[in-house]
Amino acid sequence: MSNSFLQLTQVSIEFPTDNGPYKALDDVNLDIAEKEFISLIGHSGCGKSTVLNIVAGMYQATTGGVLLENKEVNEPGPERAVVFQNHSLLPWLTSYQNVSLAVDQVFKSTKSKAERHDWIMHNLELVHMTHAKDKLPSEISGGMKQRVGIARALAMEPKVLLMDEPFGALDALTRAHLQDSLMEIHADLGNTVIMITHDVDEAVLLSDRIVMMTNGPAATVGEILHVDLERPRNRLELADNEQFNHYRAEVLRFLHDRHKREAA
Amino acid sequence: MAFVLPFKVPKDIGSKIIKSFVIPFVAFLLFLGIWGGTASQIVTSLGEVPGPSQVWQQSITLYDEHVAERVKEEKFYERQEKRNAKKLEKNPDAKIKIRAYTGKPTFFDQMLTSLYTVLTGFIVASLIAIPIGIVSGLSTTVHRAINPLIQIFKPVSPLAWLPIVTMIVSALYVSNDPMFSKSFVTSAITVTLCCMWPTIINTSIGVSSIDNDLINVSRVLRLSWFTKIYKIVLPSSVPMIFAGLRLSLGIGWMVLIAAEMLAQNPGLGKFVWDEFQNGSSNSLARIMVAVFAIGIIGFMLDRTMQYFQQKVSWDRNAVIR
Repeated sequence: MSNSFLQLTQVSIEFPTDNGPYKALDDVNLDIAEKEFISLIGHSGCGKSTVLNIVAGMYQATTGGVLLENKEVNEPGPERAVVFQNHSLLPWLTSYQNVSLAVDQVFKSTKSKAERHDWIMHNLELVHMTHAKDKLPSEISGGMKQRVGIARALAMEPKVLLMDEPFGALDALTRAHLQDSLMEIHADLGNTVIMITHDVDEAVLLSDRIVMMTNGPAATVGEILHVDLERPRNRLELADNEQFNHYRAEVLRFLHDRHKREAA
Repeated sequence: MAFVLPFKVPKDIGSKIIKSFVIPFVAFLLFLGIWGGTASQIVTSLGEVPGPSQVWQQSITLYDEHVAERVKEEKFYERQEKRNAKKLEKNPDAKIKIRAYTGKPTFFDQMLTSLYTVLTGFIVASLIAIPIGIVSGLSTTVHRAINPLIQIFKPVSPLAWLPIVTMIVSALYVSNDPMFSKSFVTSAITVTLCCMWPTIINTSIGVSSIDNDLINVSRVLRLSWFTKIYKIVLPSSVPMIFAGLRLSLGIGWMVLIAAEMLAQNPGLGKFVWDEFQNGSSNSLARIMVAVFAIGIIGFMLDRTMQYFQQKVSWDRNAVIR
């Protein structure tokens, strides 16, 4: 077991509140293989983001811990790059400069200036954003901002790419485009990805495994669904695919059941 | 073929001109009318309160005085040069003294002195206030520690600071060959003391309200403390810092006039005071010229700051006025 790539072992976390400690997560166990694409799905407030933040190193688990290549995670770092929900680009920097902030920091001693420039351009190309490299975030659309955010994260050459509802704030069409881009990139680079989502179709389309979480407090991993669909996946072909729809129904059933239990 | 203008004429260009020029102009005329009408009704020991025309007259006189003084100064140096040249002719080894002209500073000289003083005080205040603001914005502990002090000192009038500053400057600023005159140092420090507070408060608010996600970006990138300040904290709070600087400069300019009156630092404040003490029939009109000059300079200082504020603002949606 100890040779898995990313390992969450008995992770639980408590936050201090005025009414005593609040246990957000309890006994979360998860083993993730290299190059695997994992989705975290669950109801709002179930602690999906908390799991992601613990892996990112933003929060410290109260008990248990996270191992990445058998090294303990206890602070944020560029090998666990985060794509934030609301892009989090620095508004006073252009797309190029935003990516360059990350590249200059991560590769300041290992890449020459010219190499860093090429690397920035390469990553902007991956997300098809070279045409807007000199635009400020306020001058481009929400989908484009998120693309630049992804480019910035990819440019850190992370071991794990953490995505916190990366497409949540986008309209359906833009979201579909970005999902396709993300699949392409994942196929090309083989990143290990953990993505939080609310969108069942998105989870099934993109993931190798879908981790379904129970409702908080003391949320934990409810079920894990293996998505055994051939890659590359095509959203139009899959729309009529029996297997795809079966997976979809599985996730929906889980979410629906949990929801009912909460209401009861 | 239709005739096409090379530029687009807005449909409402007429109403735009009315809004931006005619309305303020009419209001100004109205103001002059009310002023002229009421001023002559009030008789003081220095004569009638001057109306617009007397004030206009005096502003021309002040300008003429300035020109005359400059001519006098030029002649003074000319004479001195000639004298020295003659001396050298007689005896090439003669020691030559060059004396500075010591004529009375004119209204325009006073203006420059005031500007110089306020800018000195303001720059010193900014150099102190911005770092304090950043530290207080980053750390709640520091903020809790200094916030009461700021709130207590912020409303203190320059007139209360001045005696203290004067005594301290007299005690500490002792030098045989001072670079600045004591009255200048006193006024500048008073300006500093009174105008640093808005910059501290605004910088602190700007820094503490940085988007948490941006801080998380710096954590993921493991930026050093200094890089974080330089690349993320400062740029993100620059609009708020400049809002504070604008307020500070406005307060500084207001404070300076009072400080100059009391400290007898050459400047517009001293000009007003001297005219008041002088008590000629023209004094009130000359003071009013100073009032307008102070107002217009203050306005121009604010516009300059606004220009810089717009230059550095990354938030294109913000309306700065």
